[in-house]
Amino acid sequence: MTQDEGSRRPDAVEDAPTADRPTGEVGAPDQQPPSTSNALREALQSMMSSSVLVTVGAVVLALVIGSVLILVGDTAVQSTLGYLFQRPGDFFREAGRAISDSYVALFQGAIYDSEATTAERRVRPLTETLTIAVPLIFAGLGIGLTFRVGLFNIGGQSQLVLGAILGAWVGFALDMPPVVHIVVVLFAAALGGAIAGAIPGVLKARFGAHEVITTIMLNNTSRYFLLWVLGTGAFLSATPQVSPGLAETARLPLLLGGSFRLHLGFVLVLLTAFAVWWLMERSVLGFQMRAVGVNPEAARTAGMSVRKITVLAMALAGTLCGLAGAMQVAGTEGRLTGSVYGSIGFDAITVALLGRSRPLGTVLAGILFGALAAGGRIMSSRAGTEAELVTVLQAVIVLLIAAPPLVRSVFRLPAPGGPRTRAKEVAA
Amino acid sequence: MKLELRGITKKFGDFVANDSIDMVVEPGEIHAILGENGAGKSTLMNVLYGLYTPDGGEIVLDEQPVTFSGPGEAMAAGIGMVHQHFMLVPVFTVAENIVLGQERLRGPGLLDLDAARSLVRETAASLGFDLDPDARIEDLSVGAQQRVEIVKALSRQAEVLILDEPTAVLTPQETDELIQIMGRLKDAGTSIIFITHKLREVRAVADAITIIRLGKVVGSADPSATETELASLMVGRSVNLGVDKQPAQPSGTALSVRGLTVLDPNGVEVVKDVSLDVRRGEIVALAGVQGNGQTELTEAILGVGPSHAGVIELDGTDISRLGVRARLDSGLGFVPEDRTTSGIVADLSITENLVLDLVGTSPYSSFGSLNVNFLRENARHRVEEFDVRTTSIDRPVGTLSGGNQQKVVLARELSRDLTLLVASQPTRGLDVGSIEFVHKRIVAERDRGAGVLIVSTELDEVLALADRIAVMCGGLLVGVVDGGEDRDVLGLMMAGVPVHEARAQAADHHTVLGEADLDVDPATAVEPVPHPVQDQEEGR
Ligand SMILES: Nc1ncnc2c1ncn2[C@@H]1O[C@H](COP(=O)(O)OP(=O)(O)OP(=O)(O)O)[C@@H](O)[C@H]1O
Ligand SMILES: [Mg+2]
Repeated sequence: MTQDEGSRRPDAVEDAPTADRPTGEVGAPDQQPPSTSNALREALQSMMSSSVLVTVGAVVLALVIGSVLILVGDTAVQSTLGYLFQRPGDFFREAGRAISDSYVALFQGAIYDSEATTAERRVRPLTETLTIAVPLIFAGLGIGLTFRVGLFNIGGQSQLVLGAILGAWVGFALDMPPVVHIVVVLFAAALGGAIAGAIPGVLKARFGAHEVITTIMLNNTSRYFLLWVLGTGAFLSATPQVSPGLAETARLPLLLGGSFRLHLGFVLVLLTAFAVWWLMERSVLGFQMRAVGVNPEAARTAGMSVRKITVLAMALAGTLCGLAGAMQVAGTEGRLTGSVYGSIGFDAITVALLGRSRPLGTVLAGILFGALAAGGRIMSSRAGTEAELVTVLQAVIVLLIAAPPLVRSVFRLPAPGGPRTRAKEVAA
Repeated sequence: MKLELRGITKKFGDFVANDSIDMVVEPGEIHAILGENGAGKSTLMNVLYGLYTPDGGEIVLDEQPVTFSGPGEAMAAGIGMVHQHFMLVPVFTVAENIVLGQERLRGPGLLDLDAARSLVRETAASLGFDLDPDARIEDLSVGAQQRVEIVKALSRQAEVLILDEPTAVLTPQETDELIQIMGRLKDAGTSIIFITHKLREVRAVADAITIIRLGKVVGSADPSATETELASLMVGRSVNLGVDKQPAQPSGTALSVRGLTVLDPNGVEVVKDVSLDVRRGEIVALAGVQGNGQTELTEAILGVGPSHAGVIELDGTDISRLGVRARLDSGLGFVPEDRTTSGIVADLSITENLVLDLVGTSPYSSFGSLNVNFLRENARHRVEEFDVRTTSIDRPVGTLSGGNQQKVVLARELSRDLTLLVASQPTRGLDVGSIEFVHKRIVAERDRGAGVLIVSTELDEVLALADRIAVMCGGLLVGVVDGGEDRDVLGLMMAGVPVHEARAQAADHHTVLGEADLDVDPATAVEPVPHPVQDQEEGR
């Protein structure tokens, strides 16, 4: 029943006497671009502030819902349903077996494979998890950064694709000495991502185009652009729709030798996470970005340029997503393909939400998603559970975290009296 | 309904916000709660309204102990609350807002809007005002929205109505109306708990007064007590309700506005060809009824307002083409009218909010990196100097009490060398002790040689602070008069009457308040006033 923090924003209730005061038109110096619908910003804020408890709860609940799906999909369990009332014990035994089989397989595929024969194979799942997590974390850091600036950037995919294209080209077309080459690849990918990020940023700052729409459109554009690029002369190789392989000098070195895919990117992403933390918490720019993210009106009154910060934040997010693209082409794939982006761009949104847009949280959430992806494969091969279950788990997690604030914002309902909003109430 | 609080205790961590508070509210009584900023008034009300669970003590309604696990239960038990920040859905109509969360008004799967409409009309009529059930909330004035909140609370059969600083955002006329509504509610047997920092309101309406300091009840007072007595009970020392200041010694021009015109988004002129000077070393107050262009004028000075024509010079340099940052850098300090929308970033810490517009400059940062230790040092200083009541400088500023948030904004703006300070409603939500301090600081800023432009809808504040008073009405500058101007003349000017005419009219007809000013010397002019409600109306 308490007041939602967001409704203290310019268009809010208690501001009515000055509600005719313009907040978004052009003309005067340093006007704020027509603002992201405050409702969305508000929803973002409350998603980011969901407590650790909610996050953990969402994961647990997702696993519970997953168990139901496992039961539904398991033929042995279904057959026991036929005589459920005669011998309910059978049902419960079978149900228990199906659920534990699936989740044990998931664990084995994600962390430690106790059934494997060699020591190497036993620990491989964990390294796979981390490998898959690397681009997810990079992109998640980027998306999370924009979330904190109050921007709903869902253009991770386009930023990643452009980064991957530029990175890959530099990687196979140019000839450079070992260390220099990979560094240049990373820079090129970062630049590509930054450009793809800056475009919606500029569109928003200059014309007020909503970033949700522009980034979605760029995602589609980038997909077709990628296909077109792969058809051009510069990217032609023996295999259609696949670029030439990156030079050895342009590849990220493997960390644990040839039998594991884990590459240097894992170290880079941890360093980057720390850098992002520093940027947000310890730098002037980060300070300004956070201020703009929570209350652009106050930021503007304090002399910050909301436009400049919008563009910068989008470009920075693009940089990070572009690096995720570099992880794909210079890390795991070794070449540019038409599906190099996978679902990373979208999973990264979930990862950022789950990590509450904080670097440490994003790293952990990325690893969790990596684990689900790695485990899903083994689960389907060993327990016969559809690998899509993993997708369902991910979706349920997002739904639980993101849905309540979104629904509230769509209908502009006041937030329930959570401890946080209650605390603000006292501000009266 | 008789309400009793027995030993209510509420802690935030180690901090005791309410320390075994006892209070009795008799049926049909208007019970005022007075206390400094951060004394724990809002916290206590939130406990009573079921938003906080108390750590000790009990709530007793008609001799029955009750516990509330949420506002729903408090409402069901007959307790209604109007928060300072309203909780209405802006895009819904009045009737729709009343229906929200009211099972009683629901048919099978349907909202019974007709019932809600007539409920709104009836309740409003019984309180003596009009309320259009089909008006959208966002189109209503703050005063009208507050009436919607009251109707909403009453439509749920509230027998105890909590009003937390209801008058802080109201114009004097709206305050009058509210006070009349409170009177009718009281006659109908509803008890009202009334929180305010404006002592004259308390003296006008309260039947009983409880005073809270540092989370404890320190006593009760009789409504016949003088404002000085009430103030010293609240703050625990004697408070000077006037302002001690020497005559201004103005030097050069700090601000010069020439032919300023501001358009609103619909192209309507909200500031019309205003020219105004503020000299260094003087305080100019911009008086007027809220919404007559003062806000837009200050925003144009800062450069956040809409497009404008005209010249704005700061210290002789034209700043009208500069961005906000550049204007701040050339010595402009700005206290926005509404702290929550423009003054603070609620989720950032006190430390961070204290440097919101300074953070890019040295010594607060170097090479783009925050000097965290210096920021904390700075925060400790400011918090101490401005007496911001907080347990830690790292707390999000949004968790501070309203008045303490305002102090953070003031502390920030007064922490650097200024050519010009523009402050809108600088003391909104502050307790009398803090107002005394802030007024002193503003005068000190003037004496240091800064120009000061104050926007205030409180005539008392205008009269206490100003060396010159500029009156605006309908976007026009009606006139500029000296600080000691007669209250009635100002009232007439605020209605658009030019100075000479206003003086002539005022000479014929003096209001009670105006006469009080004539009799008493200015420093104590804010002393006892018998019937502020009428006075303000006549002052118009
Ligand atoms: N959620 C919270 N966490 C920690 N401390 C809090 C919280 N809410 C309030 N406080 C503290 O409790 C004290 C009482 O706050 P409260 O809002 O009740 O003051 P108040 O009397 O209403 O003041 P004001 O007149 O300024 O509105 C303040 O010192 C405040 O900082
Ligand atoms: Mg309060």
